[in-house]
Amino acid sequence: MTVTPPPEILRAPLVVEFPFTRSLGPVQSAFLTGLRERVVLGVRTESGKVLVPPVEYDPETAAELRELVEVAATGTVTTWAWNPAPRPGQPLATPFAWVLVRLDGAGTALLHALDAPGPESVRTGMRVRIRWAAERSGAITDIACFEPYEDDAPGPSTGTGEGRPAAHDGEFADPVTGITTPARLDYTYSPGRAQTRYLYGLAERRTVGERCPSCAKVYVPPRGACPTCGVATTDRVEVGPRGTVTTYCVVNIKAKNLDIDVPYVYAHIALDGAGLALHGRIGGIPYDQVRMGLRVEPVWTEGARYPDHYRPTGEPDADYDTYKELL
Amino acid sequence: MSAPLRDVAIVAFAQSDHRRRTDDLSEVEMVMPVLHEVLRRTGCETSDIGFTCSGSSDYLAGRAFSFTMALDGVGAWPPISESHVEADGAWALYEAWVKLLTGEADTALVYAYGKSSPGSVRDVLTRQLDPYYLAPLWPDSVALAALQAQALVDAGHTDEAALASIAARRRADASANPHAQLTGARPQGDHVVAPLRTGDCPPIGDGAAAVILAAGDRARELCERPAWIRGMDHRIEAHSLGVRDLTDSPSTRLAAERAGAFARPVDTAELHAPFTSQEVVLTRALGLGDEVRVNPSGGALAANPVMAAGLIRLGEAAAAVHRGDSDRALAHATSGPCLQQNLVAVLEGDPR
Repeated sequence: MTVTPPPEILRAPLVVEFPFTRSLGPVQSAFLTGLRERVVLGVRTESGKVLVPPVEYDPETAAELRELVEVAATGTVTTWAWNPAPRPGQPLATPFAWVLVRLDGAGTALLHALDAPGPESVRTGMRVRIRWAAERSGAITDIACFEPYEDDAPGPSTGTGEGRPAAHDGEFADPVTGITTPARLDYTYSPGRAQTRYLYGLAERRTVGERCPSCAKVYVPPRGACPTCGVATTDRVEVGPRGTVTTYCVVNIKAKNLDIDVPYVYAHIALDGAGLALHGRIGGIPYDQVRMGLRVEPVWTEGARYPDHYRPTGEPDADYDTYKELL
Repeated sequence: MSAPLRDVAIVAFAQSDHRRRTDDLSEVEMVMPVLHEVLRRTGCETSDIGFTCSGSSDYLAGRAFSFTMALDGVGAWPPISESHVEADGAWALYEAWVKLLTGEADTALVYAYGKSSPGSVRDVLTRQLDPYYLAPLWPDSVALAALQAQALVDAGHTDEAALASIAARRRADASANPHAQLTGARPQGDHVVAPLRTGDCPPIGDGAAAVILAAGDRARELCERPAWIRGMDHRIEAHSLGVRDLTDSPSTRLAAERAGAFARPVDTAELHAPFTSQEVVLTRALGLGDEVRVNPSGGALAANPVMAAGLIRLGEAAAAVHRGDSDRALAHATSGPCLQQNLVAVLEGDPR
């Protein structure tokens, strides 16, 4: 075991992006299509309360809700929070207030942004109205935001009393039946102690695993712990560079953005000295001649941080008994 | 509520030092020392554990199936009886408790971890929200807590000065907690999202925690003074924020009632309140008076490793019983925006 100071921590940007595509039920479809048409719909519960935004099931009784009503585009702030530093994706790029707004005719509040000059101009109970987005597609963002609105405020609305909202059949031409919500999260990936050392080894074209101090198994690549013993792997052990194909498959589908002709062979390779196989592509031999027990060695390309592929060494095949525990 | 079918106790608790960043450690490397520590406290080995359950979220560090990597630290091969919740570890503890109540296991290891440092946790947590009406607006966790705080201010239940005093008390309490990330006096700072200031918000950091549960005589063998779980329950608020009364937490109260919390007074409460304003909500919902020691550990305002902070509340409450500092403690964990989901457990020590 060589004792070396911890190497400099590796970091790399990691972007996770996922466009969730979701179908809408009858209630959400009507609501979001309505926004596209500048109509705000709520749903009436059995007790007569109007929920905006509408949901498909009563939060109190779980009863299925389908009785749509149209509420106003004006309403009252029920609580607010001043956001001095908007974050990516939020409705406004300049400082704004987050608000819960109970629209006139509704009994519950909708979350959105309020465009206001500063926190001193916002208060609970203030009157606001919807500012519609110029381009609307059937999404909550069809409401660009709320804006202050001076009028003769109606009395506190419960959604059940006077000014009872009118029924709406929820029917629109070309209804929106699904939404696609893009999401992107940015991370800075750090691989941790064991994998950092492994990657530094690879940079020198050496494959360095770690041995479990309890069962002596050598893990390549090391992940920091022995899953059998539940202890940290410690001793660093250089393995390979040669190894044995323990099993393989023939790939017949060309991968996107990958300049490799099919068919090719992808194999599990037990490097000499390793306690488990890693995987890599086999080259330098026709795909239909690759076999279990084939002896291989890594092929590095200029500037690469890991082997491009493995090729036959020309040695006699390994005996099955030498690698049967590594399958 | 009726008495549990079996006496089950938390017999050991361990946690990491909570840090702003742990770039030098992978998740399993962060978790493993905590697992070893909690096992050491009972003298158990992995093979003595009947059931293992963990809580974490891949979204925090952006690593798919990270919990399977963390499982390496338990020694999970050959396969063990094991489960995972994509939630705070308090819910993993709940699952393990149920498992022990059924009699299928006599001991359980529960652990949880969170690495918030690789990403932006305020933004990451927006992805847990309603995907139709909320997530497209990216309302971050501080913004939603601030809406709740303003509702409390409007209702006359608190003000910025009162919130500041909660922040100061918790960080003063945390000075006695060697694992805490944020301790001692510090300025309240500017508004992050008004009315919440920097001091009203939890620190962002990485950390892990683990507990061991044991049933009946096994618990007495493993721990001098087991923290018996007298009851535990979890409840959830209505899905839509605009439907809820944000100044109250009926789900916490109901969970506490079902856990038997109101049968007799507790002397200690560990409340999972990441924001000062949420401590106001919880204290009111549970009717906790001045005679109850609230968050002597400093709570989530002193260290908030997301996905572990709730389990830590149960662990801290149990540790207080183990030490003899508490005879009957309430532990609470929360999940989701504005105290969306709440778990309450009641822990007791044997009479002295």
